[in-house]
Amino acid sequence: MAIDRDDTLDWMTRFAGEMSEHRQELVRLDTAIGDGDHGTNMNRGMQKALEKLQTSEQADPGAVLKTVAMALVSSVGGAAGPLYGTLFLQMGTAMAGQAEVDLPGFAAAWRKGLEGVQSRGKAQPGDKTMVDALLPAIDAMEQATDLDSGLAAAVVGAEQGMNATTPLVARKGRASYLAERSAGHQDPGATSTYYLFKSAAETLAD
Amino acid sequence: MKKLINAPDAVVADALRGVQAAHGDRVRVTFEPYSVIRIDAPVPGKVGLISGGGSGHEPMHGGFVGPGMLDAACPGEVFTSPTPDQMIEATKAVNGGAGVIHIVKNYTGDVMNFDMAAEMGKSEDIEVETILTNDDVAVEDSLYTAGRRGVGVTVLVEKICGGAAEDRRSLQEVAELGRRVNAQGRSMGMALTPCITPASGEPSFELADDEVEIGIGIHGEPGRFREKIGPASQITERLMTPILEDLPFSSGDRVLAFVNGMGGTPLLELYIVYAEVAKIAAEHGLTIERNLIGNYITSLEMQGCSITLVKLDDEMVRYWDAPVNTPALRWGV
Repeated sequence: MAIDRDDTLDWMTRFAGEMSEHRQELVRLDTAIGDGDHGTNMNRGMQKALEKLQTSEQADPGAVLKTVAMALVSSVGGAAGPLYGTLFLQMGTAMAGQAEVDLPGFAAAWRKGLEGVQSRGKAQPGDKTMVDALLPAIDAMEQATDLDSGLAAAVVGAEQGMNATTPLVARKGRASYLAERSAGHQDPGATSTYYLFKSAAETLAD
Repeated sequence: MKKLINAPDAVVADALRGVQAAHGDRVRVTFEPYSVIRIDAPVPGKVGLISGGGSGHEPMHGGFVGPGMLDAACPGEVFTSPTPDQMIEATKAVNGGAGVIHIVKNYTGDVMNFDMAAEMGKSEDIEVETILTNDDVAVEDSLYTAGRRGVGVTVLVEKICGGAAEDRRSLQEVAELGRRVNAQGRSMGMALTPCITPASGEPSFELADDEVEIGIGIHGEPGRFREKIGPASQITERLMTPILEDLPFSSGDRVLAFVNGMGGTPLLELYIVYAEVAKIAAEHGLTIERNLIGNYITSLEMQGCSITLVKLDDEMVRYWDAPVNTPALRWGV
């Protein structure tokens, strides 16, 4: 009922697979309200992250996430590089030195990650960003009593948060330049965040 | 999509190989991570100037590396800001002991990556100042957006600060001058066509054959509104009016007028626009003391233009006129 290093590696491998599989979908969403590179950038970053994970040793789950963070920061660029880099770095720091992480520890790490993302990007809930998927997912995870139901609830929360970005008017990032014209499009950042929770549930549940 | 490329994901590296082959006598190109660095960097006692941003805006920024302008440029992937490690490496490479200035266009990604670079680079013990450019008047409600974008004025800031740095002005002086150029500069752009990034292969927005998009940014993002295409005189007025009203520019002001092509528009048309700019400036009592016309901050193959006006003072004119010797901008040498 806990997450160890190998689970975390499986999670990141699955997430990289999702980014590769959904690359065109993310590009399409980003073309509508951004600059059309989100899928390409996340795919390139996660491929770099997998290379780094294969060529270095990580002692624990926190170390895996920190490795991913540094790979993303140094290979993605754009807004997604610093934001996902900060998310994983804060999560990895919160989990540092623990061989296994239980549900409360995992949820607390996500909360730290969310705080880092908000501090970096200055986004509030409702600004049509990845925060809108992170927040309901983490809220749901914190309410759960065991890992499996916590992960499942987080996916539902992330999916609802992602869907709820569609009618919103963007207030952060390049989409904000469109003002009202950004409404009616699902946010690409919230979408990649949904895949992060989905891949977590698929790999970390017992 | 038809493009002169080898592969979509090799575009930046292949282009940088071309830069190295063409200008290797004056710049050093690095690939891990990407940078274009003045060959004689660091210049002892001179403030180092670096800028960076997504590729696809050529000749900005790599074409502006050389004496009298930038010491280094950090190119990102197409329309994607570069990464903090690029900026940290470039900062170290150009530090001649007088500090380093980061010229950053106000885009979410650029700002966050340069912020991270400043945080991560603190241990390097190099004094760094940042000039944030945000001259695009097309962004109306900056409270509810990422703020005004940095566009055409960036080129002018790089040139004028480059002149001042070459004159051995201090870090604070060069940074203050650059911020003043930005504060006195206003821009707006328009598109006749969208552009296509190599990675997506799709037009960045849809535009009918008889429509133009007014108020575009430099990443193919759509603008403020679209309308039926009119004559160049009408389109120029659409851009000039918000620029003139925003600063505001007033009768008697001395200005630099910059008509910039978005990449796919011929100089013939840019000069038609410039004629209209000159006419409108004269009607408002402005004296155009300096000008720049050409493709300097582009958006891949997009057709269209942007107009930038900067209210000049003597110091700006002096450093605008100072010698510059870069692949894309050269005079006085």
